[in-house]
Amino acid sequence: MSALRELYQEVILDHGKTPRNFGKPEHVTSESNGHNPLCGDTVTIYLEVKEGIVEDVGFEGRGCAISIASASMMTEVLRGKSVKEIGAMFKRFHHLVTDDDADTEGGFAGDFGGEDFEKLTVLSGVKEFPMRVKCATLAWHTMQAALKGDDQEVSTE
Amino acid sequence: MNAISAVSENTAFNVARWRADFPLLAEQVYDKPLVFLDSAASAQKPQSVIDAVSYCYEHEYANIHRGVYWLSQKSTEAYEQARVKVQGFINAASEREIVFTKGTTEAINLVASSYGGSELQAGDEIILSHLEHHANIVPWQLLRQRIGIEIKVAPIDEQGNFLLEEFEKLLSPRTRLVAITHGSNALGTIPPVDDIIRLSHARGALVLLDGAQAVVHGPVDVQALDVDFYAFSGHKLYGPSGIGVLYGKADLLKAMPPYQGGGDMIKSVTFEKTEFADIPGRFEAGTPHIAGAYGLSAAIDYVSAIGMSNIARHEQELLSYATARLQEINSLRLIGTADNKAGIVSFELDGVHAHDIGTILDREGIAVRVGHHCAQPLMERFNITGTVRASFGLYNNKADIDALVAALGAVREIFD
Repeated sequence: MSALRELYQEVILDHGKTPRNFGKPEHVTSESNGHNPLCGDTVTIYLEVKEGIVEDVGFEGRGCAISIASASMMTEVLRGKSVKEIGAMFKRFHHLVTDDDADTEGGFAGDFGGEDFEKLTVLSGVKEFPMRVKCATLAWHTMQAALKGDDQEVSTE
Repeated sequence: MNAISAVSENTAFNVARWRADFPLLAEQVYDKPLVFLDSAASAQKPQSVIDAVSYCYEHEYANIHRGVYWLSQKSTEAYEQARVKVQGFINAASEREIVFTKGTTEAINLVASSYGGSELQAGDEIILSHLEHHANIVPWQLLRQRIGIEIKVAPIDEQGNFLLEEFEKLLSPRTRLVAITHGSNALGTIPPVDDIIRLSHARGALVLLDGAQAVVHGPVDVQALDVDFYAFSGHKLYGPSGIGVLYGKADLLKAMPPYQGGGDMIKSVTFEKTEFADIPGRFEAGTPHIAGAYGLSAAIDYVSAIGMSNIARHEQELLSYATARLQEINSLRLIGTADNKAGIVSFELDGVHAHDIGTILDREGIAVRVGHHCAQPLMERFNITGTVRASFGLYNNKADIDALVAALGAVREIFD
């Protein structure tokens, strides 16, 4: 598969066109805005967190296929996860889209997120496109800020 | 230095020869021939410019205006000859009206800080346009923070045309300065600068033109324009980055305080008092981009040998061709179809974000700019976050545009 096809897989294009969990959920306990000043992409992540567990999640924003798909796919794996688990998943995700040995068994990344995380590996094609890594990680950084209750807008720059 | 022989009537023949002068255009990316359509961001360099910069470092490099030795004399002469070359290129009345800067951005900051800071007062008004690059917005906002000027914005229409009548309504007795682009980097629009300058002067306001794009696309005569300040960069004119020009009328420059303090801008310094150098040295504190002046001089020789009018004609042909070819694509919307345009086409494709297009085009070897083009207020005007922009230089040809159109087909294939 060419690097482009690897990047723009059907699943990604589908999430890019029809994002899941798009919109503001009913009970939001924290939210955060993210912005990539290089391209003008924006994302808002909404979370409902109860006793350290993400009960509900949604997002809004505009951006490229990669950033919208990444945000959409992220929202599909967060429900029911603890804040700690999510932090570990984020590390693993970051590794996935930036580092070639993401799949190394027993490596740094570990197994956080289990089967749910496997769904995200479709985004690993991004690592061949260093200029696009920030598109894939914007939603994750913004979600982390929301979890920490940080009101500062997240910027990729 | 390779002189350019006479320009032939045959455009395709000429372009093939001009193209061969630019070594970088022979590069391959991802095993595909490079199609470079981003000259509005920064142009590639002809061999003569590369050689001139190398020549400086290999044979004549020393600091200027300081040493009494042979090398310093040679580099000083070359630096000052570059100033004379720029003077001739834009037809300034005197080489003393040519201030070397880092680029257009610094030139505009210089005027905002020095002229604006000393001549403008709280409540004075300046007029910008909706077409402006951030470099002609932010320096004025900094000045507003400093002294409390008012900034008004001249509107454009849906096609990106500058609305002269609306501009005229903004002129008031408090208007002191009008700072407008001479060619929009994002849309290509060329505003009616003759009328803008005439109307502004009639109301007693000075005019600064941001010529970063315009100076590349056709002849500029600052005396015929009667413009007060004109700013441009070397790197878009096929010269080095890090050197640019502020033209200012001599009597204006003479009355302006220094922009930065340092070496090379003084007559004498004591701890009590410093006497500043005359223009233009007063505005050139510190060691400048010496080799850059060699390169800029060579770049001006290069485009002058071809002829700015010939370059303009060629780019207009490319613009017409590109506009027609892109309009064949159903899902494509051109942003900016003003009556008077430079060789820039901006567009969006239905349902595909500009960054995704940029990535796919890149893998086809095509370099375009995607995003807001440092003109976010303009993007907001059209309610978009960005566009894909293809911009043409003297070395581009119809095959480059055909390659772009074909690659946009590949984008559709992936996204449909």
